[in-house]
Amino acid sequence: MEPSYYLVLSAMLFTIGAVGFMVRRNAIVAFMCVELMLNACNLALVTFSHAWGLLDGQVASFFVMVVAAAEVVVGLAIIVSIYRTRRSASVDDANLLKF
Amino acid sequence: MTPLEVVTPTAASGLFGLAWLLIALPLAGALVLLLAGRLTDAWGHLLATLMPIGSFVLGVVLFVDLLGREEGARAVGVPLYRFIETGGWRIDAGLLVDQLSILFVLLITGVGSLIHVYSIGYMAHDPRRRRFFAYLNLFVAAMLILVLADNYLVLFVGWEGVGLASYLLIGFWQHKPTAATAAKKAFVVNRVGDMGMVLAIMLMLATFGSSAFVDVDAGAGQMGGTVATVMGLLLLLGACGKSAQVPLQSWLLDAMEGPTPVSALIHAATMVTAGVYLVVRANAVFTHTEVASTAVVVVGTVTLLFGAWIGCAKDDIKKVLAGSTMSQIGYMLLAAGIGPAGYAFAIFHLLTHGFFKANMFLGAGSVMHAMDDDVEMRHYGALRRALPITFATFGLGYLAIIGFPFLSGYYSKDHIIEAAFEHNVVVGVLAMVGGGVTAFYMTRLMLMTFLGRRRWAEGVHPHEAPAVMTVPLVVLAAASVVGGLVLNNWIEGWLAPAVRAEAHEASLLHFTPVAAVTLLLVAGGVALAWVLFGRRGVPRTAPSTRSPFVLAGRRDLYGDAFNEAVFMRPGQELVRVLGRADETLVGGGWSATGDVLAGLSQVGRRLQNGFVRSYALTMVAGVGMVAVVLVLGRLA
Repeated sequence: MEPSYYLVLSAMLFTIGAVGFMVRRNAIVAFMCVELMLNACNLALVTFSHAWGLLDGQVASFFVMVVAAAEVVVGLAIIVSIYRTRRSASVDDANLLKF
Repeated sequence: MTPLEVVTPTAASGLFGLAWLLIALPLAGALVLLLAGRLTDAWGHLLATLMPIGSFVLGVVLFVDLLGREEGARAVGVPLYRFIETGGWRIDAGLLVDQLSILFVLLITGVGSLIHVYSIGYMAHDPRRRRFFAYLNLFVAAMLILVLADNYLVLFVGWEGVGLASYLLIGFWQHKPTAATAAKKAFVVNRVGDMGMVLAIMLMLATFGSSAFVDVDAGAGQMGGTVATVMGLLLLLGACGKSAQVPLQSWLLDAMEGPTPVSALIHAATMVTAGVYLVVRANAVFTHTEVASTAVVVVGTVTLLFGAWIGCAKDDIKKVLAGSTMSQIGYMLLAAGIGPAGYAFAIFHLLTHGFFKANMFLGAGSVMHAMDDDVEMRHYGALRRALPITFATFGLGYLAIIGFPFLSGYYSKDHIIEAAFEHNVVVGVLAMVGGGVTAFYMTRLMLMTFLGRRRWAEGVHPHEAPAVMTVPLVVLAAASVVGGLVLNNWIEGWLAPAVRAEAHEASLLHFTPVAAVTLLLVAGGVALAWVLFGRRGVPRTAPSTRSPFVLAGRRDLYGDAFNEAVFMRPGQELVRVLGRADETLVGGGWSATGDVLAGLSQVGRRLQNGFVRSYALTMVAGVGMVAVVLVLGRLA
């Protein structure tokens, strides 16, 4: 197994996630981009774990998954309630918290 | 100069081991009364009165013990505990019971006990009487520490303790703004003197490596002339503060705001004489410095005239007595400054003054008690019928202070005047004139208070005080009468070893030209007062006058005006300038720094624009920069 393929895939996924987060306005899409970045990280962790023959990376990826699941619960709830009050899921419209 | 003989105290044995009880009893009284609070309201004053009586009894026992010893063994050291131990310093707290301190113990506890008894009656209707007695006990304890200490540093503990008690008692009627101000004034002026005292003790520690009396006495011979002079002058400054001598005299007249027993005990009989005690105790230092001794004589002479002048001009009975106290302490200090020839006379006059001045102050309290707390002598007159006991006892005190033959003041003051003549003719003449002026103002006081026509306010019905107040008056009057006769032949020989003086031959019937002229001057003073105030009568309001002498006297010889012009106003001006500098320079600088930072923040907060995506961009840019730095770091 050649780890570099997986790492390149992980980097590509992360880049798509990061760029997507910066360019897309829809909160749901931005949220999916965040998930994409987290999973890209997971892929990298698991790859390295496999390459070194150690379990540390695998364990860490479980933690990331737990955090991601919790984040989804809170994040989606926020997005839904913003949509209900403002009739919009655009992150650019939710810009009241500023100077 | 021959080296001084250093008296090494003998070790304490028997009852002397209990000497600490002298101090502990009144201190315990004060603690119980202050800590137990209202629980002791009912009987606290009785307990507080028993404490100094207990000390007095112990003092008498120790005194009799000392009397039975031979001359060389009459100084007893009572080591107590190690007071300070730090680095190379070892300072032990101990008591020194010797010929000098035992006389003070007897005076303080004896007169103090009488004044406690008197206060039971005088303060009977005061709701804070328990507190008053607690403070009185505290004062007695502190004063005993002052005179019993065997070390200047321990002496200073008592020195500050009496200052505190004096402050608390002057301001005892704190609801009166004048009393509160007077207490603060006394405290502040005393601090000036205490500065001198502290510096003197530091100088002792630096010079001798110790502040114990024995070490200072032993080392005094080897110290340089300048050091001795500076030390003497600093001690004199301390003495001036505590004893209300010029230039630190201004607090004593205001201190009369305190209850009258306080004026009698603290501001006449005991505390204000602490300066005299200090000078006599530090005789080893003053022996080696001509300058400081002369300064003591000058201060004493100036003050004795200063106080007498004020006494002539005041219409407030307590302030006349306060001026008189300053004047009499001036005599004592003058005697103490003369040197070995005068020490015993200073202490002699201190003791007799303690008797007759406490007597007269308590008498004044009795008069005020009868006149509804009016202190204005112009509202008195003809009180001899209404207050026969007060009149009789006050009259004996009066005869004692003016130096009526064979009463106590006659002996003690004449000795001082004669010693002053032997020292310096000018000083002698001034002291003699002071005696005449004393007779004048005291006669004026007697005439205005007890004789002449009645000038009472409406509705005042003078009545004699209860026995609890008159008995102390009688005892003190008796002491004023016989004190001189009893002590005259004995005190010089008794004190000689403690103050390193040579004893003179003293006789009860000594009559010298100086004494004759003094008596003539006294008679002249009495006659002049009779002409001005007895024959002519006294108007109820003070007559307006253009005489600069009277005006100056009524304003305390401009002591307060001088302090205000020289110290207070420039001080206030300095503070104002410093305050403005603080506001503009320091405060302005920090305000400017704050303004700049606030302006920068106004710019910086625009970054917080509320767009999540721009924050994300910032984060990515940051991560990118960190990555670049890491990669470049690897490559380098």
